[in-house]
Amino acid sequence: MTNTQSKSDMQTGYAAKRKLANIVVYIILSVMVVIWIFPIIWLILQSLRGEKGISTKYLIPHQITFDNYVTLFTDERFPFGQWFVNTLLVAIFSCIISTLFILMISYAFSRLRFKSRKTFLNFGLILGMFPGFMSMAATYNIMEVFGLKQSLVALVIVYSAGAGLGYQVAKGFFDTIPRSLDEAAKIDGATRNQIFWQIILPLSKPIIVYTALTTFIGPWADYIFVSYFMKDNSEKYTVAYGLYKMLENQTINDYFTVFCAGAVVIAIPITILFVVMQRFYVAGVTGGAVKG
Amino acid sequence: MDYLDYVQMTKGQRAVYRVTSFFKGIPGALVHFFQLVGFFIKKFFVWVGNGFKGYGSRFSKGDAGTKLSFLIMGVGNMAHKQIGKGLIFLAAEVGYIYFMCVFGMNYLSKLYSIGVQIDDAGTMVDGAIGSQRALYTKNLLGVESISNLDTLDNSNQVLLYAVLTLIVTVAFFALYIANTKSSFAAQELIAAGKKPISFVQEAKSFLDERFHVTLLTLPVLLLMVFTVLPIVFTIFMAFTNYDKEHQPPGSLYWWVGFDNFADVFYANPMKSETFGKILIWTLVWAVFATFTNYIFGIILALMINKKDIKLKAFWRTMFVITAAVPQFVTLLLMRLLLGDNTGLNAMWGTSYPFLSDALWARITVIVVNMWVGIPYTMLITSGLLMNIPEDLYESARIDGANAFQQFTKITFPYIFFVTTPYLITTFVGNINNFNVIYFLTSGGPSPSNYYQAGQTDLLVTWLYKLTVNSSDFNLAAVIGIIVFIICALGSLITFNMSKASKNEEEFS
Repeated sequence: MTNTQSKSDMQTGYAAKRKLANIVVYIILSVMVVIWIFPIIWLILQSLRGEKGISTKYLIPHQITFDNYVTLFTDERFPFGQWFVNTLLVAIFSCIISTLFILMISYAFSRLRFKSRKTFLNFGLILGMFPGFMSMAATYNIMEVFGLKQSLVALVIVYSAGAGLGYQVAKGFFDTIPRSLDEAAKIDGATRNQIFWQIILPLSKPIIVYTALTTFIGPWADYIFVSYFMKDNSEKYTVAYGLYKMLENQTINDYFTVFCAGAVVIAIPITILFVVMQRFYVAGVTGGAVKG
Repeated sequence: MDYLDYVQMTKGQRAVYRVTSFFKGIPGALVHFFQLVGFFIKKFFVWVGNGFKGYGSRFSKGDAGTKLSFLIMGVGNMAHKQIGKGLIFLAAEVGYIYFMCVFGMNYLSKLYSIGVQIDDAGTMVDGAIGSQRALYTKNLLGVESISNLDTLDNSNQVLLYAVLTLIVTVAFFALYIANTKSSFAAQELIAAGKKPISFVQEAKSFLDERFHVTLLTLPVLLLMVFTVLPIVFTIFMAFTNYDKEHQPPGSLYWWVGFDNFADVFYANPMKSETFGKILIWTLVWAVFATFTNYIFGIILALMINKKDIKLKAFWRTMFVITAAVPQFVTLLLMRLLLGDNTGLNAMWGTSYPFLSDALWARITVIVVNMWVGIPYTMLITSGLLMNIPEDLYESARIDGANAFQQFTKITFPYIFFVTTPYLITTFVGNINNFNVIYFLTSGGPSPSNYYQAGQTDLLVTWLYKLTVNSSDFNLAAVIGIIVFIICALGSLITFNMSKASKNEEEFS
C-alpha cells in the first residue's frame, strides 16, 4: 500500500518536473525567436518608414509608406532595376553552366573508375583550400586580356568556372544510387553515356534542384568579385554591391530606407527558395557522413 | 594509463586528462602530417621513376614506327594503321611548336626579369637594373623626377602568358607521353595478331569506357584557365614586388625572392606586427565562432526536437527564415542596428561601442555570428538527432541514466562523430569568413599601428583590403598562401585526431 502510494507520488513529481522543463524550454525558445526575428521585423518596418534618416528613436515608423519601394525602382543615382536585371542574367547563366558542370564532374567521380581519379580528387581538395578570392587580381588581369573587363560575362565565368570544385554534395548523392542499376543497364548494352542521361539523371531530381538553387542564389549574395571587377561602373553592378554602395557615408542618410526596401525585395524570393531547398541542404551535407 | 585508472578518476581529473591528452595529441598529429607529406613526395618520385622506366622500355622494345614517334608524334600510330589518331597527335605537335615559336618562347625568355624596359642610354634592361640606374642618376643630380624609362613590356602580361605557356607545355608533355604509349599499345596488338583499334571505335569509347574524359574535359579546362592559372599567377606574385609603386603598364615589377615573406614574418616591423595580431585573432575567432555555433546549434535542435514540444515546424521555420535572408542584408542591418548612434543605441538613448571598441567589437562579431550560424547548425543536427537509434536511450534509461547523462554519453558523442567532417569544414569556413567581419565592422576599429587593417580583421579580410584598397598584390598573395597552409594543416590535423581519420581511405 505505502509502496504504491510513494510510487504514484514519484510519478506526479516526475510529471511536474517534466512540465516545468517544458515550460522553461518554451520560454527559451520564445525569447530566442524574438531575438532572431527582431532584426527582420526591424528591416521591414524601416523599409516602410516615411521619415528620412538613418535611425529613429522609436521602433514603429510614424509615417508608413511604400515610397521607398517606388524610389528603389525609379531612382537615377542608384539604378536598382538595372542591377536586378544584371543579377538575374548572371544568376541564370551561371546556374545553367555550374549545374551542368557539377553534375558531370560528380557523376564521373562517383560512378566511373579511371586511373587518375584519386589524383583529380586530391587536386580538387587542395584547390578548394585556397581562399576563394585570393587570386581575384590575377583573374581580373586574365579577363582584361580576354577583353572581358567590367563585363557581366566575366562574372558568369568566375561563378561557373570554379563551380566544378563544389562537387562533393552531388557526389555524395550519386554514391547512394545502387550500382546494380548501372550494371543491369550495362548488361542490356547501354553505354555509360546513355546510363548517365537516361538512368542516373532522371533519378537525381532532388540533387539537380538543390544544385541549381544554390548556384542560382550565389550571384545574388556575392559582394567580393563584383566590387573588384566592376569598380565604379555602376551600370554593371549586381544587387549586393549596389545596395552596399547605398550605405556609403555620403548617401546613407537619404538612402537607408531605400536600402531596406531593396533588401526586402531581394530577401523574399531568396528566402522562399531557401525554405524550399532546406531539406535537400540537410540531406546533402550529412548524407555522406551518416553513411561513413 | 589504462582504462581502470581512467574509471577511478574523479570527474575533474577526467576533464583535465582529456584536455591534456588533446594537446599531447597535437605533436603526434603534426608528425603524422609530415609523414603524410613525405609519403606523397615519395609516391610522386616513384611515379616519376616508373614513368621514366616505362618510357625507356617502350623505346627499347618499340619498332621503327614507335621509335620514330618519340621524335615526331603520331608517326607510330600511322605506321600501325591508326591514321586518324596519328594525324591528331601530329597536329598537336605542329600546333605546339608553332605556339612556342610565335608566342610561348618570347614570354618564357622574359620570365627571368618579368619584362624589360629601355633606359636612358637606349639599352634594354630589366626592371630592377632600370630602377637602380634611375635612383643612381637621381642621387647624382639631386633632381626629383629623372626616370624617363620606356617600358617595353607589361609585367602582368609577361607573367600571365609565361604561366599559360608553362601550363600548355605540361599538357603537351602529357599528350606526348600518351602518344608513345598509344603507339606502343598498337604495336603490341599487331604483334599479338589482333587488329589495332580503329578511329571510329576510339571515338565511340569516349561515350563509354572513356566517358569520364568526355565529362571532365570542359570543366577541367575552364578550371585550369580561370582557377588554376590565376592561383599559380598569384603564387608567383608573392615573390615579386607587385605593389602600388610597381603597377603595370606604367612600370615593371620583378622578382624579389622571399622578401615579402620576410616582411610579413619579421623584416618589416609594422607588417609583421599586424600579421601576428591578425593571425592570433583569426584563430581565436575561428575557434569561438565554430564552437559557439556548434554547441548552441545542437542545444537549439535538442530543444525543438524534445518529445513534448509542440509546433516543431513553426519553431524551425522561424529560425530557417533568418538563415535564408542573404547574409549581406542581415549583416549590414546588424551593423546599423549596433552602430554608435543608430539602431539600438538611438532607441535606448545610449552609446554602447558595440562595433567601435576593439574588445566590444570582437565580442559583438562572435555573438552576431551566433545569430547568423545557429539556425544552420540547428537545421543540420535536427536531421541527425532523429537518426539516433531509440534503443540506445532505452537501455540507458534501464541502466538508470538521467537526461544529462544521456546527452553526454549518447547524444553528444553520436552527433560529434557524425558531424566531424562538418565541424572541420565550418572551422575552415570560419577562418575564411569574409562576410561576418567585413559587413559588420569592415575590420575596424583601425588603429594607426595596423598596416591597412583593423582589430577585427581576419587574414582574408586583410587580403581583400590589400588587394582592393592599397594594391599590395604581393603582400595579398603572401597572406593567401599562408591562409592556404593554415587551412590545409587545420583540416589534416583535425582529420587525424578525429575518428573520421579511420575513414581516410574512403575520403581521399
